[in-house]
Amino acid sequence: MSGETTTSVKQRDRETKQGWSRFVQNLKRSAIEQGRIFMRSKMAVAGLLIILFYVVLALISPYIAPYEPYERIYMADGGWAKLQPPSAANPLGTTEAAHDVLSQLLLGSRIAVFVGLLGAFMVAAIGTTLGIVAGYYGGWVDEVVMRVVDILYGLPFIPFVIVLVTVLGASVWNIILGIALLYWLSTARVIRSEVLSLRERPYVEAARAAGASDFRIMGVHILPNVIPLSALYAAIAVGYSIVAQASIAFLGFGDPSIPSWGVMLQRAFVTQAFGVAWWWVIPPGLSITLIVTGAYLVGRGYEEVVNPQLQQKE
Amino acid sequence: MMFASLLTVITILFFLFRQVPGGPMSAIVSPRMNEAARQAVIEQYGLNEPLWKQYVFYMWNVFHLDFGQSFYYGQSVYSLIADRFLNTMSLMLTALVISYSVGTFLGAQLGWLRGTTKERAGMLVVLLIRSTPVFWTGMIVLYLFAFQLNIFPLGGMRGMQASYTTNAEKFLSVDFLYHLVLPVFTLCTFYTGLPLLLMRNNLLEVLSEDYIKTARAKGLTERRILFRHAARNAILPVVTAFAIAIGFAVGGQVLIEQVYSWPGLGREMVQASLRSDYPLAQGAFMLLSVIVITMNFFADLTYSYLDPRVRLGGN
Repeated sequence: MSGETTTSVKQRDRETKQGWSRFVQNLKRSAIEQGRIFMRSKMAVAGLLIILFYVVLALISPYIAPYEPYERIYMADGGWAKLQPPSAANPLGTTEAAHDVLSQLLLGSRIAVFVGLLGAFMVAAIGTTLGIVAGYYGGWVDEVVMRVVDILYGLPFIPFVIVLVTVLGASVWNIILGIALLYWLSTARVIRSEVLSLRERPYVEAARAAGASDFRIMGVHILPNVIPLSALYAAIAVGYSIVAQASIAFLGFGDPSIPSWGVMLQRAFVTQAFGVAWWWVIPPGLSITLIVTGAYLVGRGYEEVVNPQLQQKE
Repeated sequence: MMFASLLTVITILFFLFRQVPGGPMSAIVSPRMNEAARQAVIEQYGLNEPLWKQYVFYMWNVFHLDFGQSFYYGQSVYSLIADRFLNTMSLMLTALVISYSVGTFLGAQLGWLRGTTKERAGMLVVLLIRSTPVFWTGMIVLYLFAFQLNIFPLGGMRGMQASYTTNAEKFLSVDFLYHLVLPVFTLCTFYTGLPLLLMRNNLLEVLSEDYIKTARAKGLTERRILFRHAARNAILPVVTAFAIAIGFAVGGQVLIEQVYSWPGLGREMVQASLRSDYPLAQGAFMLLSVIVITMNFFADLTYSYLDPRVRLGGN
């Protein structure tokens, strides 16, 4: 009696293990396949290169920045080197407080890359999970998730993050919390409608007939099929998150002790120096534009490959 | 639905603002009040009552449009935000109307030119403009037109000598329109992208339909096919997207009001938050949400009017 139970438990263990290894294999196969598709789009590759450039920059910036971000630069006569135009010593000039613009720009890439990637991950993870659960179970679960989505669409994003930061304190984490709370909505909606059609497929029915649990069906049979879609939304969320963080910092709710592109622009704005010091304003804004364009290019290029309808019409 | 959204937003705010530094008390009671005034406010908001009673008090006050007193201005929040509301709407609606007209028109053109180098170049420009943070665009525009060329004002809503007796007079005056140009232009660069891209994508889809082939076969001119047959059907999803776009639009609005010192709700909310003027920040946020929710609701209405299938409940 007891022997029988142990063998069946062992067998179940082995089957579970097999299931997971197959799941990993599936995931690997679809990742390689998507990767190959991805490389076919010139747009997507160009976008990816831009993003990689900034990721590398973020990693090496502490070693290549010529000054500390808040190090005071002095003139030959001992005065502060305030608002100096670009020169050999300061290739991008200096700020109102006599800090080096290039060093701040380089170090600012760290926060942008961090917020962009983490924000995108949160959006994809939350949106995909809730989308799959809502689409797969249907009924009241679906109803609840979709009503929550509808209601959250009524919260304007930037003002909501301002409230969060005012109440909980000015930190990058609270901005990421705002992104996690409000940016998953479209992802969940799109994934859900995809899952609605996926769950009617014969292989899902076959898995169910074979006795697979709901958890297993969602994880092993449905998830790999929606991953391209969540990757697409994650790519777009990289851009949104970076702009969101910069905007909040620009409004004065960023952490001023950490150099970021948003804080740079905020300083240039509140000191009104932006009317003269173009060297202080152009670089951070252009960097945001470039990295966000990169994210969009990845998204759009990938979308054109994933969605054959778009391809035919080109 | 609209009511449920509103109720949820107000409830979220109730719980969020209880977490302010200094506890729920400091969200309502100004640090500058004397002891008697403090007691009166604590009494009025039921701050010494249990949580559920405070919630009831809060709801009661909100539905009677009593948002408390601004710490900074010492005026009732309601009168302050009612005034800012008109300023915000005048800027936002002007920009939205222009952007949606220009966006759908340009989007239709781009869709029509599909596959050409012109279209590719156009798309790249759109993508670049969409990626630009709107407050930075505002700063660059100010740098060019106000600081360097000196042909437009630096910000604000009226000149030194302007004075008006009625709102209508104010919003139609030349001075006001002169101040409106740069903020509207900047907001348009931000708002136009979405309708443009959507219109282009929808048009691509519509162009493969049979009735377009029929129109071609009838020998109609290209322009007639585009505007009478294709664009009319492609415009529907642009209307639905408006509902989602409005949440983002308010964000851009807040930033632009800040850049151009436009005395609107968004700027007031930012200032209030920076000054820890919690009642005013809360009131301004509530009104911004009301704008989003109401516009969502109207977008739904318009959609069901434009597409009879929705109204008649068919699939």
